[in-house]
Amino acid sequence: MATEGENQTVFDVAAASMLTKELRDVFASGKTRSYEWRISQLKSMIKMCDEHEEDIADALHQDLSKPKLESIVYEITMLKNSCTLAIKELKQWMVPEKAKTSLLTFPSSAEIVSEPLGVVLIISAWNYPFLLSLDPLVGAISAGNTMVLKPSELSPATSSLLAKLLPEYLDISSIKVVEGAVSETSALLEQKWDKIFYTGNGRVGRIVMAAAAKHLTPVVLELGGKSPVVVDSGIDLQIATRRIIAGKWGCNNGQACISPDYIITTKDYADKLVDSLKKELEAFYGKNPLESKDLSRIVNSNHFSRLTKLLDEDKVSGKIVYGGERDEANLKIAPTILLDVPCDSLIMKEEIFGPLLPILIVSKIEESWDAINSGTKPLAAYLFTNNKKLKEQFVMSVSAGGVAINDIAMHLAVHTLPFGGVGESGTGSYHGKFSFDAFTHKKAVLYRSFMGDAALRHPPYTLGKLRLMKALMTSNLWTILRALLGRS
Amino acid sequence: MEGLEGALAELRDTFKSGRTRSVEWRKSQLRGMIQFVQDNEEGIFKSLDQDVGKHPVEAYRDEVGVVAKSAKLSLSCVEKWMAPKKGDLPLVFFPASAQVMPEPFGVVLIMGSWNFPISLTLDPLIAAISAGNAVVLKPSELSPTCSSFLAENIPKYLDPKSIKVIEGGIDVCEQLLQQNWDKIFFTGSQRVGRIVMAAAAQHLTPVTLELGGKSPAILDRSSIPTNMKVIAKRIVGAKWGSCSGQACIAIDYLLVEERFASDLIDLLAKTIKQFYGENPRESKSLCKIVNKNNFKRLLDLLKDPLVEASVVYGGSVDEEKMYIEPTILLNPPLDSQIMTEEIFGPLLPIITLDDIYESIDFISSRPKPLAIYAFTRDETFKKQILSKTSSGSVTFNDTLLQFLCDSLPFGGVGQSGFGRYHGKYSFDTFSHEKAILQRGFFPELEPRYPPWNSFKLHFIKLAYAFNYIGLILLLLGLKK
Repeated sequence: MATEGENQTVFDVAAASMLTKELRDVFASGKTRSYEWRISQLKSMIKMCDEHEEDIADALHQDLSKPKLESIVYEITMLKNSCTLAIKELKQWMVPEKAKTSLLTFPSSAEIVSEPLGVVLIISAWNYPFLLSLDPLVGAISAGNTMVLKPSELSPATSSLLAKLLPEYLDISSIKVVEGAVSETSALLEQKWDKIFYTGNGRVGRIVMAAAAKHLTPVVLELGGKSPVVVDSGIDLQIATRRIIAGKWGCNNGQACISPDYIITTKDYADKLVDSLKKELEAFYGKNPLESKDLSRIVNSNHFSRLTKLLDEDKVSGKIVYGGERDEANLKIAPTILLDVPCDSLIMKEEIFGPLLPILIVSKIEESWDAINSGTKPLAAYLFTNNKKLKEQFVMSVSAGGVAINDIAMHLAVHTLPFGGVGESGTGSYHGKFSFDAFTHKKAVLYRSFMGDAALRHPPYTLGKLRLMKALMTSNLWTILRALLGRS
Repeated sequence: MEGLEGALAELRDTFKSGRTRSVEWRKSQLRGMIQFVQDNEEGIFKSLDQDVGKHPVEAYRDEVGVVAKSAKLSLSCVEKWMAPKKGDLPLVFFPASAQVMPEPFGVVLIMGSWNFPISLTLDPLIAAISAGNAVVLKPSELSPTCSSFLAENIPKYLDPKSIKVIEGGIDVCEQLLQQNWDKIFFTGSQRVGRIVMAAAAQHLTPVTLELGGKSPAILDRSSIPTNMKVIAKRIVGAKWGSCSGQACIAIDYLLVEERFASDLIDLLAKTIKQFYGENPRESKSLCKIVNKNNFKRLLDLLKDPLVEASVVYGGSVDEEKMYIEPTILLNPPLDSQIMTEEIFGPLLPIITLDDIYESIDFISSRPKPLAIYAFTRDETFKKQILSKTSSGSVTFNDTLLQFLCDSLPFGGVGQSGFGRYHGKYSFDTFSHEKAILQRGFFPELEPRYPPWNSFKLHFIKLAYAFNYIGLILLLLGLKK
């Protein structure tokens, strides 16, 4: 409820309620439903990226010390691609889909009409604060909704940049940015939304879904988990190592939902793998990685403490084979590899989300599947192998949001693949047309005429009608004829 | 509680063993389902008669026939549905392949409802089976005969290690909802839907909620000079002919222009007599009110004096037999309970408007219903209804049939629920679509890796823009 005497600029439940009402009125006016409106917003978003590339990269550097290339490639360019694809395909996406009809409803025609859900809430994360705010927005806009974006407060520079830029480039009456932390988010979550799209962790995911349950609001939850990498022998080790490094430390220094969390490999291959990783890590980041400009820092001191605690646990502190250095003042931890960690160590219990890479040893590579399945379903799972049978086993036995073989994270960039989790790693998906679908209601429409009203549909019910109905529902012409003729 | 946890543990082990994932297992269960309804038609008819007084024709049309049809469709399509789908890949990924492969969620919970106690439990079960899951089926305790019929007979036809029927009331539901499911499929009321989703949130369990609402029928009389007899039959059939109005897609109320109301009421009255005779209490074609609670709830709707005054047909009640005569009301107050809550019974309010186009605002200013029915020949009006209202489905010039159309998704939006099933949507609803990307080790693109420099940045930008010519020029040193 509104608290009296409070500062007018505090965003409380009353303010949230007024905001959603305002967006509801705009939605009801039909403004956001036209093709022209949607395209104009998407084009403006591209313009915003082009005109403010430096500002965006700077904000990301402020929040995460994110290397410029990562910002431009993984955040800005990926977003622009999303917009470009949507602009190219939106007309097609908006067209009603024809549906086949059968003898049961003859004569009739049917179609599925895509309509916007209405007023949606997008809650974003801190690790890719630009992309993970605006990529869902692309979906919500293409589908014709009005929306509120709540960027993460743990990436404050990006959050305030978004709060400044979005009203300049996008339709401020239909797309709102609300900055803030727990209390603002809670105020928003009390409102009735037509959809909530949340990116973040499982703990908050539960809170979001529970809040949504009060209003029967459908949700997309893009969460995380421990994404394993199974490394088989007999592969091009250098290439595999480089891809693992690029996918781990090259993606926000391991602070990414699809980051390789841990490796599983055989005893025989482990040493070779470690050597290769050491060699390539040095090639990428030099002898003093704490000073490399190509590595993001840890986002804040909370996470820094969390990660050092994982490293300092008795069970694993002796298992470090590379790295382990830290610079608390600058919130940096060097790329660190741990070999043969115990399964019950802290580092193997929770999602790491940082630059630490434990390696689990198994005697036979096939034992990896049980090891992976003993935990909760991850967002991604990876396998490096040239063995066809192993690939098949992997795809069939490991359940994850998405899997990639012989590469890391690339499946994110394929817009024909749905991106989302399963089990603890989330529900729902997006990217490409899946983004449009995530914010759309697919309405079933059946067209009938007045011809052919069968008396058999209506009471009073008789056994003759029962016979005919049975025949009709089996859609077997011969049976229908027989029933009509009074036999069977 | 122990029995429940033991049962769940068994299902988890079964699922882990991979038993439910084979095509053979799925097909054998679907055949078992077809056999079950074939062998037990009489038993099912008897149970439905006992629980809701359903006539065999309705029982076949809405329950047995639906299950048989669903099972047959799934049987013939499951292999096709299981096959991975290829996705297009941009050239820059070459060589690679992208696929989406459906996989079962795992151990799922299906909660059925009492009004269609056979089809609304078994149709979702067919869906879960085709997708390869292990299942707990919880039939509604408000249709106890059907519930025990299922509990007794399903294990005779389906694999008891993978599919369990658990009976019980609220306490059993609560226990079930505390468990960690891989998916919950719920059919029922909004109130319980909230409880189900809140419980699911504790475990991040995805849910499908098939709920209800006030499904309106719009009668654009002036655009339909003839065919009123057919329309009247379809309206009466969609109210009293569907479990006596106790159906999620039953017509809840009717919208018509004021000048046509009186003729309409006469025609509906005539049709009711045609269907149910002079004394509908004796008709075997009319379902009964399911129990005392619902009977009392419906009675209370009528007790409001302004509502009572608006009754223009029927209205008689037999408390002992829990019988309410098919009743038509004309313009009960819009803020009365009968006009704000889902009726789910044999009462049909008619609301009159000056202009039938006003029905659009009327409907869109209220919670989104599961179905909208519109009788009209006006193409402009049809387009407006489609674009200015939102509902699970819209059916023009008929009622209820959208339920039988397997190529149309069946589900709600807003307060009427989310998620959908029927046809392939059933399979999809119980599947996780797993993205699979496969690559080779050759060729390898150096610019992917740190240390970063401006060449690499340029390269990646071009690659992301799928600017292949630019890439080639850059590599040949011809682009700055």
